Amino acid sequence: MLAQQFLNAVSLGGVYALFALGFTLVFGVVNVINLAHGAVFMIGAYAALEAVLLLRVPLLAAMAAAVGVTACAGWLLDRFIFAPLRARRAPHLAPMIATIGAATCLTSLAEGYFGAENLRFPAQTLPVETVSLAGVSITELELGIILLALALMALLLWGLKQSRLGRALRAVAESPRAAALLGVDVEGLFRATSVLGAVLGGLAGVLIALYSNSVFPHMGQPMLHKGIAVVILGGMGDVRGALLGGFFLGFAEVFSVAYIGSTMRDAVAFGLLFAILLLRPQGLFGRAAQRRA
Amino acid sequence: MEWLETFWATYSTLALSVGTNILLALSIYLTLACGLLTVANAAFMGIGAYTAALLTLNAGAPFGAAVLAGALLAAAAALAIGRPTLRLSGVYLAMATLAFGEVVRILILNAEDLTGGALGLNGIPQLAGAVHVLVAVAAALAILLRLAHSRFGRAIAAIRQDEIAAELLGLDVGAYKLFCFVAGAALAGLAGALNAHFTFFIGPSEFGFERAVEILAMGVLGGVASPWGAALGAALITLLPEMLRGLGHYRPLINGLILILIILYSPNGLWDLVRAAARRARAARAGTPC
Repeated sequence: MLAQQFLNAVSLGGVYALFALGFTLVFGVVNVINLAHGAVFMIGAYAALEAVLLLRVPLLAAMAAAVGVTACAGWLLDRFIFAPLRARRAPHLAPMIATIGAATCLTSLAEGYFGAENLRFPAQTLPVETVSLAGVSITELELGIILLALALMALLLWGLKQSRLGRALRAVAESPRAAALLGVDVEGLFRATSVLGAVLGGLAGVLIALYSNSVFPHMGQPMLHKGIAVVILGGMGDVRGALLGGFFLGFAEVFSVAYIGSTMRDAVAFGLLFAILLLRPQGLFGRAAQRRA
Repeated sequence: MEWLETFWATYSTLALSVGTNILLALSIYLTLACGLLTVANAAFMGIGAYTAALLTLNAGAPFGAAVLAGALLAAAAALAIGRPTLRLSGVYLAMATLAFGEVVRILILNAEDLTGGALGLNGIPQLAGAVHVLVAVAAALAILLRLAHSRFGRAIAAIRQDEIAAELLGLDVGAYKLFCFVAGAALAGLAGALNAHFTFFIGPSEFGFERAVEILAMGVLGGVASPWGAALGAALITLLPEMLRGLGHYRPLINGLILILIILYSPNGLWDLVRAAARRARAARAGTPC
């Protein structure tokens, strides 16, 4: 029973971490609180569902479709919202408010087009066979979610640390001006980060849609709030913090449902967020940033 | 005068909504005007609405007392979370108030014995009329307009432009922020209390993130240049979807687009544009190029 809960927590936490990674990357590099991240997450889920329903493709191809669609969404967000505001050096709350607008637009479009009801993947598309793993039974789906989330995270961490692109990204996160002087294409990297962040959010959307087998227009909103909780828990813009925070929230939720009851499940994330902000606003792993006027 | 009666019968709820939305826009104007982005206004509105509705429904309290209690309890909640929360700035403050809003919504949802849970409260007596709403809006506007042109108004403008400089000028920045936050919460609570008494029904989903975004859209659309801006923003955001009724589910799209377009093309809000146009017109009449 405990081992079962543990696996649930790992798969849920992995998806939270994936979602939060996209959010925190965009904040760390592009310096935008992207409140449309939840809407992109929802778009990813719908893209995969539509690919399965209309094109009758297997799940992996549906995921590729979600990657494509959310990459476009990330590109559009940067091209039409972040870039113009960057050019004008708008105060940092401006892009955040604009992304609230973008999120409202995307959610309303989804609700208008697909309807407000809960959509499901057709029964035969989900892998439901259970595998026995050291005495614990786990569905192939859950196993796939865990493996995919872990693989993506490992790839991202490795890429940020080792690859040329990752080094450039970290340089821009440190100081866009210095990076530009070193010959880094800063504008291009901003756009690439926005796309990458959106793709991570979209993939998290597909995984959650498969995990709970439901897709609906407002699914991004609770996820966004949880993602914010995770990111603040780990420290804004901190990649490792987002990973740990994601798993932390996954465990906190699964075990509070198991031992306290399910009605307060959502209150856990927000209560945690509220408490962290009041007690340790720099996050569990972050350092306080001082304003040097 | 018969057309007026039919007109009122059809549009009274809409007109009253414009009124309470002006109060909500003024409540976010207060915090935006001193540079704070807080998004807990929907939660304060909910606290006011539930308090007042429960008092008139269950305790048989007089309407005036219930409305006052709603506004006061919202203010008390703001006072309780204000001190620790307002130490945060910028996006952290926005996140903390967002989290507070969600906590309030979930508490309302789960306190089923008191609030009816997801089913909400039904059959709230329809005690709020045009007079009450009009008086509340006129009073709030008059007070805020008076404040905007006073020492207080200049102080919060200074805090909005540069907090550290304002502090060095000897302003008690923390006290001004707390006052704006609490007064804003009281206005939101008042709006919620009035609103509950002409809509017959309230439920927890009305006071969630979407309502918070709507209030923010009104405040940003109007801008912080003047309380009139907030009133203009509220009127436009309330009336625009009514004019675009055929849109159905696409109606929130308009709110979202407005937010994006205003941030991109007129970051100081509509009222700033109106004022600039008026100034240009005056200058043209006087014959001086501006």
